[in-house]
Amino acid sequence: MTVLAVSTLLVLAGCATDEPTTGASSSPSAGTGSGTGEQSKFFVQADYDKQLALLDAAPTGPAGKPWEQALNPAMVETAKFTKSGPYKICFSNAGLNNPWRQVGFKTMQAEVDTHRGRISEFVHVDAEGKDQKQIADINDLLGKGCHALIVSPNTTATLTPAVEAACQKGLPVIVFDRGVDTTCPVTFINPIGGYGFGHVAAEFVTQKMKRGGKVLALRILPGVDVLETRWSAAKVAFDKAGVDVVGVEFTDGDPAKTKKIVNDYIQRYGTIDGVWMDAGAVAGAAVEAFEDAGKPVPPINGEDQLDFLKLWKDKKLTAIAPTYPTYQWRTPIIAALKILDGEQVPNPWKLPQPTITQDNLDEYVDPTMPPLHYAMCGCTDLPGYPRRWK
Amino acid sequence: MRIARPLRLLEFRSGSLAPIIVILAVLLVLLTARQPDFLSPPSLMSFLGRSAPIILLAAGQYFVIVSGELDLSVGSLVTAQVVIAARLIDSDPSAGWPVVVLLFAFGIAVGLVNGLVTTRLRVPSFITTLGMFLILVGAVYLWSNGAPKGGLSEEFRRLGRSAFEDVPVLGRIPYALVILLAAAALALVLTRSDFGRTLVAVGGNPRTAELSGVRVWRAKTMAFVLSGLAATLAAVLIGGYSGVSFQAGAGLEFGAITAAVLGGVALGGGRGSVVGAMLGALTLETLFTLMNFYGVSGALKPTVQGAIILFAVAAASFRFPSR
Repeated sequence: MTVLAVSTLLVLAGCATDEPTTGASSSPSAGTGSGTGEQSKFFVQADYDKQLALLDAAPTGPAGKPWEQALNPAMVETAKFTKSGPYKICFSNAGLNNPWRQVGFKTMQAEVDTHRGRISEFVHVDAEGKDQKQIADINDLLGKGCHALIVSPNTTATLTPAVEAACQKGLPVIVFDRGVDTTCPVTFINPIGGYGFGHVAAEFVTQKMKRGGKVLALRILPGVDVLETRWSAAKVAFDKAGVDVVGVEFTDGDPAKTKKIVNDYIQRYGTIDGVWMDAGAVAGAAVEAFEDAGKPVPPINGEDQLDFLKLWKDKKLTAIAPTYPTYQWRTPIIAALKILDGEQVPNPWKLPQPTITQDNLDEYVDPTMPPLHYAMCGCTDLPGYPRRWK
Repeated sequence: MRIARPLRLLEFRSGSLAPIIVILAVLLVLLTARQPDFLSPPSLMSFLGRSAPIILLAAGQYFVIVSGELDLSVGSLVTAQVVIAARLIDSDPSAGWPVVVLLFAFGIAVGLVNGLVTTRLRVPSFITTLGMFLILVGAVYLWSNGAPKGGLSEEFRRLGRSAFEDVPVLGRIPYALVILLAAAALALVLTRSDFGRTLVAVGGNPRTAELSGVRVWRAKTMAFVLSGLAATLAAVLIGGYSGVSFQAGAGLEFGAITAAVLGGVALGGGRGSVVGAMLGALTLETLFTLMNFYGVSGALKPTVQGAIILFAVAAASFRFPSR
């Protein structure tokens, strides 16, 4: 039926040569498949198991300072990097091209300010989201006399050789946020990760919506590991629960597109009973689509971006916000200083990844902060708060 | 041959709406077969409301295309306008109207630059507007660091999101639809005016138009300004509909060009009608909705648009082998 319809369409559009695939939004098949499609090639069972186990792990480290805590830490020796300060710390940043990274970078700068006695110079180079520029940036920084190099890689595979080259120069390298395919850096810092995010959100939507209901999954774009792992964990959860996933659509992170997609699905199915998202930036647009259609907003997940949290509180949504906290931007600075002191650090340094729920929502909603601020910045005790983040 | 064109143009114009109306009708039949309540007033009103921006852009694109040029900058202009509006309004309810006025000024300015560079510096419009596209995208990126700041006030968003409620029979009429109808009426009056006819003549044969005393550069520049105005209006509606976004206008230029071509406006200029272009946009949106109802991936949209452009241009050249 679908193929027939598509062919008709393409005849009308003047092109009937190719038999198109039905793509991501194929109709649900009976049984366990439940419309979630093939598993992502980014899915690694062992990593998935590890991350889900970490969700329940008790962190070690100072209470109330999750950016200094670690989950199941395995410590590494750093004595060979011991140097006397003050230090020049260099940072090759993948980009500042979204609000999450902007909040994170401000948090990192504020963290540097708390160590002004020990850090004499903090060099930041923005790769503007370009692999080639970041490779050149790292290469440049190697000749600049840095005592430690922090890297937030733009993409995993392409940046690996550049990071390896930096390791060979003998200076301590700290990778955070996205990873690289090498064990040469002293440590790799990030929160639990995408499987944890996707799993928490999918479990919530499954439990809160009516049984046998229809779920719409909204993704930003394919092929990005952080996002792929979020979706692949959600797929596992939805398949296991036999949830009817009626659509898996890409929004490009664009609110207009998101609203149209959600609106189309509401029209097509009359009602949608749950919305799962791989990132919260357009959660507000999805909520608005239900409001504009005069429908109740179903259980939905966003993330800790304030516009969504405020919407959640104001409209009394049934919602949850798994996070990928921006406080992780504080940790590389702390790690760099520890390493230069010759102190042991965890590797990998897995940070806790808290979830915002109805119970603790009020702690995080702050109407005085801008809508694109991220609540989980861990920045309220840092110099310049809140002005710096506004 | 060429001298006979105005006459043939009239024939073509009266006949040119037929194909697009037939296609639209077929799509609507297919759509109602699958989703019987699509034509119910609330659903139809919502559909027309959110299709308004692309229909407006198609109308703007008509003026440029019929004069023999292309405007690739409209999508980036929409993005720029939405980002500028968010930054200037910064969630302040009282800033709405002054900012709208400013946006229109900016839209006119961009249209003027496009027009003057194309006509006075003799840069092909394809290159001019591609350059403008890159300039706007880059400027917005630089200004916002890729993450728009500020926010649109509820007052500003009302135009694109709200509706006249409790209307008898129809239920609710989106403001966007009313704005669209008003703009469409204006566009129609404009095409029937001396300016509208001049524009078609300029697109059909600029040399002849020049020799018969038409200031070609002025007519074409006006067309770009109209396109800039249409993009501004579309930006106000899109920003209102979905809020601030760094990609508010991404890809809209191709949507508008596809719509115009689908509606019988000849790429290269001189033939077509503004109503055709707008119906083309409506047809395109209907097609995409149909694809959604039949579960076809939205990822196929660009492919379908590309196919339409190729097919329409090929069909037009078969119809007029002498050209």
